[in-house]
Amino acid sequence: MAQEHTHPGHRDHDDGDHDHSEIGPMDLRVRALETVLTARGYIDPAALDLLIDTYQTRIGPRNGARVVARAWADAVFRDWLLADATAAIASLGYSGRQGEHMHAVENTATRHNLVVCTLCSCYPWPVLGLPPTWYKSAPYRSRAVRDPRGVLADFGVVLPEETEIRVWDSTAELRYLVIPQRPAGSDHLDEQQLAALVTRDSMIGTGLAHAPGAAS
Amino acid sequence: MTYRSHADLGGQPGHGRVQPEPEGELFHADWEPRALALTLAMGATGAWNIDMSRAARETLPDYARLSYYGIWTHALERLLLERGLLQPGEVDSAKPAAAPAPVLPRVLQAGDVATALARGSPTSRPGPAPAFAVGETVRLRRDGVPHHTRLPAYARGKRGTIAASHGAHVFADSHAQGLGEQPCPLYTVAFSGAELWGDDPGAARLTVSIDAWEPYLEQTT
Repeated sequence: MAQEHTHPGHRDHDDGDHDHSEIGPMDLRVRALETVLTARGYIDPAALDLLIDTYQTRIGPRNGARVVARAWADAVFRDWLLADATAAIASLGYSGRQGEHMHAVENTATRHNLVVCTLCSCYPWPVLGLPPTWYKSAPYRSRAVRDPRGVLADFGVVLPEETEIRVWDSTAELRYLVIPQRPAGSDHLDEQQLAALVTRDSMIGTGLAHAPGAAS
Repeated sequence: MTYRSHADLGGQPGHGRVQPEPEGELFHADWEPRALALTLAMGATGAWNIDMSRAARETLPDYARLSYYGIWTHALERLLLERGLLQPGEVDSAKPAAAPAPVLPRVLQAGDVATALARGSPTSRPGPAPAFAVGETVRLRRDGVPHHTRLPAYARGKRGTIAASHGAHVFADSHAQGLGEQPCPLYTVAFSGAELWGDDPGAARLTVSIDAWEPYLEQTT
């Protein structure tokens, strides 16, 4: 097995100026694996390219942002999303791998939802894409169920003391999407403008939606 | 008990702060997207199922030291070696051995990627009716098991409430062991923070749920 000098829960390259042209042992190992499996006829390298392209350009958190914006703008859709998230989300064109059984949970003035997978990295791919590194890390997975306010503080989020926190540990094949609270002052915005306020982290529960005008 | 998962992290102290990252930042080395795609493509061949791959990952002795895509890559090699789909030394030499290769049920071709991703692998199945009702109090099984399971240690022996009932789903424990799907009722079970963590400061005004198959549940007496 190749040696890897990385640490759980930390970025692989903390220096921030990692040279991507450098060929490390893991680059060689993964390349060798691809070479051997291709020679065997077990994989189609063009399928690998397509898989990567799909999750880098087509399936990501902008999908989920559209779902949330629709729920904010359309009460009938919001009710459907809460009752049957898989069908409501599929109606916008998002379905499939790691989102076969969806469940939407809504933040309110008194209740904040947070999603975690303490056992691995379960995450709703069709609406949020691939999970970020921190979601798969030991600090997040260990603390989200025990000290969620501490985790939120790591993200710069401080909730009122009286807010109830509801944590969903994705231990089976259900996948959770948080509907963040619609920010104040967003009444005049259309769905596209609303979607721009919805961050990936707000749909996991580690963030809040942007206020209008504050979105970057 | 010889089965040991290194992945059951819920509630463990000492792992430090979470390090947030910007939304578009998914990979930290050029090999990572390739490792992801290799894992997905090999998973699509049907040579193993998702529960077998989770079992292969969580029992890697180096689990705590590896990055997440490192875990995926090492587990992929292990799954391939265990099934004779890869020969020892092949990856080190980057040369396929001359030995005849077993034939796989399927190969994921580029033209099938979009369809395969859109279809996914639903786990709901016809199965037995649920024995527990929403609102009922249950106790989670106290003992550990010598195989892959999805009952996290922090919930074992704890009392919770059935918050939702999801019909029958493929049972991860048997599926991971190659014992078939054995569908059984799946529930969302909610626990108070105090039940899980006592008077931990973080446990106030906290409810945590897990998704649990019926064999994990016991009646409270």
